[in-house]
Amino acid sequence: MRKAPFRCIMPQRIIIQVLMPQFWLRVALVLYGVGLLDALIGLWGGRRLLAKVMIPAVGLGTVVHCVSLAEGAMLSETNPLSSLHQIESLFAFLLMAFFFFIYARYQTASPGIAVFPLVFLLTFSSAFAGISPQSPSTHVSPGWIYMHVGLVLLGYCALFFSFFASILYLIQERNLKARGTGGFWSGLPPLATIDEIGYRSLVVGFPFMTFGFLAGAFLGEVRYGAGYFRDPKILVSILMWVVYTVLLYTRWNVGWRGRRAAYLGAFAFLAAILAFAANT
Amino acid sequence: MNFQLIGVNHNSAPLELRERLAIPETRLPDAIQSLVRQPGVEEGLVLSTCNRVELLASTRHGSDLKDFLRSYFGVNSDALRSHIYEFEQRDAVRHVFRVACSLDSMVVGEPQILGQVKEAYAVARGLGAVHSALEALLSRAFAVAKRVRTETAIGSSSVSISSVAVQLAQKIFGTLKDKVVYVVGAGKMAELAARHLIANGAETILFSNRTFERAALLAEAFGGKAIPFEQLYETACHADIVLTSTGASEPLFRREHGERLLSQRKNRPMFFIDIAVPRNVDPEMNRLDGMFVYDIDHLQGVASNNSAERKKEAERAENIIELEVDRFASRMKSLAVVPTILSLQEYCETIRQAEIDRSRGKLGKLNVDQEAAVEAITRGIINKLLHTPITTLKSSAASPEAATIHEMIRRIFNLNGNLNSANGNNTQASRDQSGEELEYPQANGPGPKTGRFDS
Repeated sequence: MRKAPFRCIMPQRIIIQVLMPQFWLRVALVLYGVGLLDALIGLWGGRRLLAKVMIPAVGLGTVVHCVSLAEGAMLSETNPLSSLHQIESLFAFLLMAFFFFIYARYQTASPGIAVFPLVFLLTFSSAFAGISPQSPSTHVSPGWIYMHVGLVLLGYCALFFSFFASILYLIQERNLKARGTGGFWSGLPPLATIDEIGYRSLVVGFPFMTFGFLAGAFLGEVRYGAGYFRDPKILVSILMWVVYTVLLYTRWNVGWRGRRAAYLGAFAFLAAILAFAANT
Repeated sequence: MNFQLIGVNHNSAPLELRERLAIPETRLPDAIQSLVRQPGVEEGLVLSTCNRVELLASTRHGSDLKDFLRSYFGVNSDALRSHIYEFEQRDAVRHVFRVACSLDSMVVGEPQILGQVKEAYAVARGLGAVHSALEALLSRAFAVAKRVRTETAIGSSSVSISSVAVQLAQKIFGTLKDKVVYVVGAGKMAELAARHLIANGAETILFSNRTFERAALLAEAFGGKAIPFEQLYETACHADIVLTSTGASEPLFRREHGERLLSQRKNRPMFFIDIAVPRNVDPEMNRLDGMFVYDIDHLQGVASNNSAERKKEAERAENIIELEVDRFASRMKSLAVVPTILSLQEYCETIRQAEIDRSRGKLGKLNVDQEAAVEAITRGIINKLLHTPITTLKSSAASPEAATIHEMIRRIFNLNGNLNSANGNNTQASRDQSGEELEYPQANGPGPKTGRFDS
């Protein structure tokens, strides 16, 4: 019997399930890239171009990204958000959603300096990742996983914005103390606005982070039993939550701003990165 | 059509003369109507502000606007001669653009002038004194002013001490609404800065002075509250902005005061504007997180930087204006060929109709379709024949050989003769607009500066 030549055939189902969301993600990546490029040009003085191209480009990118995520979730038959690249994609989308919320509320695109490069990198990593094997879940319903990951990522977004706002606060404070109102950083929002963005991001992010951890605790108990909290990655997450709580308390009760808030914010952010790395 | 502008401003004339020429708002309609009644004036606009009085007119062959100034205001020639400026054509257009863009203002970049030009335009338009050429010029001036505001930072920085104080306060607090201003001392400059802060939204204002009566007087004038000087340190924590201008020889606020104030305010920022000499606020306080201390030299430094910045931006604005003047001149030149194009089309249409009528007897009775076919064929021939002359006229309108081409086409098609015989009253207008129009004749009145669109 003659042996049939080897042919790599990708089933129609896989094409629809994997390639379509991936296609939309790449479209979003291109649009984010345009926005990022425009933001970089804007930093060197092309402000008119910045206003005209950046916001529409990243806005459209966010919509297309949303389509990619929704399509991926609807078509997936396996465990949702089971791969690092899916989580990166969701995190990038949430960062953009957070950015647009702040842009609409405070009329400032300054957080874009930090958000756009990060979103571009996360989306790039996700858009060009290979098809990772996905194991069907038998333990818990996908709803719990979505809730846990979504809430925790929203908490991370808030922490990221709060941390970055405290950096901007330091820059603006230094600028004002040096009596320099012009120059490279002259386009920054007022000090009070930066402070409010940082504080409100923390306040908004805290319930997300807390409920996200509670959902995670439930998932951990189902999957690993009662001793799940002795896992180092869980301990890092708890540490991060404690730092977050301390940060919020010092801002709310003592009114810490500027340098001290930035240092504590940096510590919380570092703990968040550790927790993120440990859990993915 | 010819643009003429005559006027005086803060650079050319002393206040006394500007006062004599100033037109109150109530008399503005009368002044505009008198201007358009002046021989030769087709459209007119009068701009009267505290720094300038200008008459802008669109005339056919020029008009003696100086004579109008003399007769309307009753000012003798000698008083006017050395103080007025006159611009024509391209220079008049440039001047209107510069005024609208606030490049000709006492404080370059101030935003009020554009509103004043718009008001003058609205009054003149309401009276029917601005309708075609001036309408085009002023609409373009507003667009240019918008472009300059968008593309340059000419109006974005403050150049006076008081406005710098407001600008800095806004950089720290964003909005000044709900902010408390504390004026310590009774210096004139602090008073002026407080007035600016209130005008920009600060709602609560406290006054403290070694002489309580003086503080009470100021509080009454500003609708604020007077605080006895002895309570200065207990009450200072309520203030977001502190303006100091006392004659104290030692600083009133030192680092330890700053630390205490920050602790009482839960680290909310405070802005100290120290206008006193010697200083009332120890510069060391600026080192504390959340404390911003600016003394008179710092404020002056920011104002000077802003002035230099504005000067740089003004140069960019001048370049934009020069480009816009060129663009406007080209547009006006293109419009100048329109009457010739219309005459040409009318002339050919007359021939076409005459030929159809002449041939109608030979053709016999035509049905509807045949009529339509004859119409289409003859129109098609005319349009194709006219295509080249019309496009040449349009494309060459702004070129140096425009007048030659224009004249040539008029001669080839015998347009002058045809217009004379066919259009009756329109003849003169068409000739004026089609012939001399391209050369943009100068006005009769002498002036220090004149310009031509084709120069």
